[in-house]
Amino acid sequence: MLRLKNNFSIEHDTAGCGLCGIINIRKIRTNGEDIKKAIALEHDRGNGLGGGFAVYGCYPEYADLYAFHVMYDDLAAKHDTEEYFKNNFIIEKQESIPVFKTSKINDHPILHRYFMKPKSDREDRLLHDLGDDDFVVSSVMLINSEYDGAYVFSSGKNMGAFKGVGYPEDIADFYMLDNVEGYMWTAHNRFPTNTPGWWGGAHPFTLLDWSIVHNGEISSYGINKRYLEMFKYNLALKTDTEVIAYILDLLIRKHRLPVELAMNVLAAPFYHTIEKMEPKQKELYNALRQIYGSALLNGPFAIIFGYPDGMIALNDRIKLRPLVAGTKGDFTYIASEESSIREVCSSPDIVWSPKAGEPIIIKTINTENISQKQRLIIS
Amino acid sequence: MITIDAKDMHYKELNKIIRENIASGIKNFFLENVNGQYYIGDGIKGDDITITVNGVPGNDLGVFMDGPSIIVNNNVQDNVGNTMNAGKITIKGDAGDVVGYGMRGGRIYIRGNAGYRIGIHMKGYNTQIPVIIIGGKVGSFFGEYMAGGVMVLLGLNNSEELAGEYFGVGMHGGTIYLKKKIDFSKYSKEVEFLEANDEDMIFLKKYLIEYANDFNLQAEDLINGPFYKIVPSSARPYAHLYTSSAL
Repeated sequence: MLRLKNNFSIEHDTAGCGLCGIINIRKIRTNGEDIKKAIALEHDRGNGLGGGFAVYGCYPEYADLYAFHVMYDDLAAKHDTEEYFKNNFIIEKQESIPVFKTSKINDHPILHRYFMKPKSDREDRLLHDLGDDDFVVSSVMLINSEYDGAYVFSSGKNMGAFKGVGYPEDIADFYMLDNVEGYMWTAHNRFPTNTPGWWGGAHPFTLLDWSIVHNGEISSYGINKRYLEMFKYNLALKTDTEVIAYILDLLIRKHRLPVELAMNVLAAPFYHTIEKMEPKQKELYNALRQIYGSALLNGPFAIIFGYPDGMIALNDRIKLRPLVAGTKGDFTYIASEESSIREVCSSPDIVWSPKAGEPIIIKTINTENISQKQRLIIS
Repeated sequence: MITIDAKDMHYKELNKIIRENIASGIKNFFLENVNGQYYIGDGIKGDDITITVNGVPGNDLGVFMDGPSIIVNNNVQDNVGNTMNAGKITIKGDAGDVVGYGMRGGRIYIRGNAGYRIGIHMKGYNTQIPVIIIGGKVGSFFGEYMAGGVMVLLGLNNSEELAGEYFGVGMHGGTIYLKKKIDFSKYSKEVEFLEANDEDMIFLKKYLIEYANDFNLQAEDLINGPFYKIVPSSARPYAHLYTSSAL
């Protein structure tokens, strides 16, 4: 029987992997075929021990509800976890995550999804006064660490993660992603080198609406983990990538840092670079380094971070992992290899590589605002 | 001459076809619809063999290559000319990171820009002099740990930033030539900055004329000086990294 819980006592996880991301800035939705083609080109960057996708805009009919994707070892784990859900959430809809059994993905956990919102009179209200987002975060932490054989791998609104053990193109077929539509997709092909490939260890790692795919290794995992634990994040998955998702939740949602500055915390400018800045900038970056020293990521990495307003690609500060971007009209593509972009977009308008530590930030255009402005002009 | 349609072909198959055809006497290869195939020209030998690539080849193009010429009409990815021993790679577009890693002979000519760590650990010995010429600009760590050979950075595209940080860090052999000065703060402590002399120009001229011909540029524009020359200040920059100089 397949066991979900990662019981290996390993400090961190490394990977020499492949990444891809596709975003339409006007939020036009496309199905999973292109992202599958793009990541399949990077087949040889992985070894079949992890593949996954994050998609944004996939549940418009439940856009106000938290979409939980949960993996279970067995029905007992499902029963226990659902007991927790029933006590704390209003479940509008629940169903098995649709899968297509292929010979390539023949051993998988029970995969179920729930569209729900926290109850206003939930159990913990006697003790805490958590907002809905905070309650969802603490629920994810609780289930992943305390509920044996259960693992929440997606908990955002109008977005979802689809992942598992296998090559990403097979994982795409398994979850039938040609039937799923979104305005932004990220993908990962895993080559685990320090921990075994298991279903929960595949990328993307998500929390609320944040998702991360990552190539590299976070040497600062220990200090990042201890820092996050001070803010009640529970690092149950023993994989380095997990810290990135939680650091960004802390910086962007809890501390309300603009995403640009949050990126400058992960890959902080070197002190000798800060030294050359204008006085005001110098003060800001010095303060960021001092306050968030423990959130700095050390080691080689390339990441793609997805959030509802866009997609960010970031390298470590001395560029020890590959990252390429290309645009064509309203689409922007990010990948570990240029050929991966050209597989789905043969003649991009421009192709470029980000500089070390300097994020590429692609934000969606708020189409509602545009039409409102146009209305004002017309009236 | 042979034309190979590489569409959706795995690199193992593509390289097998190339090797089999070399063995049977084919000299001229045209690879069409290449996209991402790794290791094209891996370890092949023969000065009279030419491979023309249409499409973006995958990482490690020309790795361990010993004699042949590869012409790429597009961009290339990372690790071009990894440990190449002889021959020539001509790239009409841009190159990715780590061009000429541990390269020990032959030439790599890039018309566009190149990424990080170009010429890392290049080496040369007597007449075996690897040469890399970049038409545009480069990222950080240019010539990192360079032990021998020659790199030329032309900066033809008039970009403001010709090179990134840590220029020549750990360099302990070989020579870098620049057609334009760069900000002095970027040079590592291990290098010295000089003006190229007549002897340097005689050496450079034959390579620059070939480069100009390959990319339809005016040779005079390239050869006209002044050129600047970067050499290591020591053959053992880290001799006392772990021991004091008194020991």
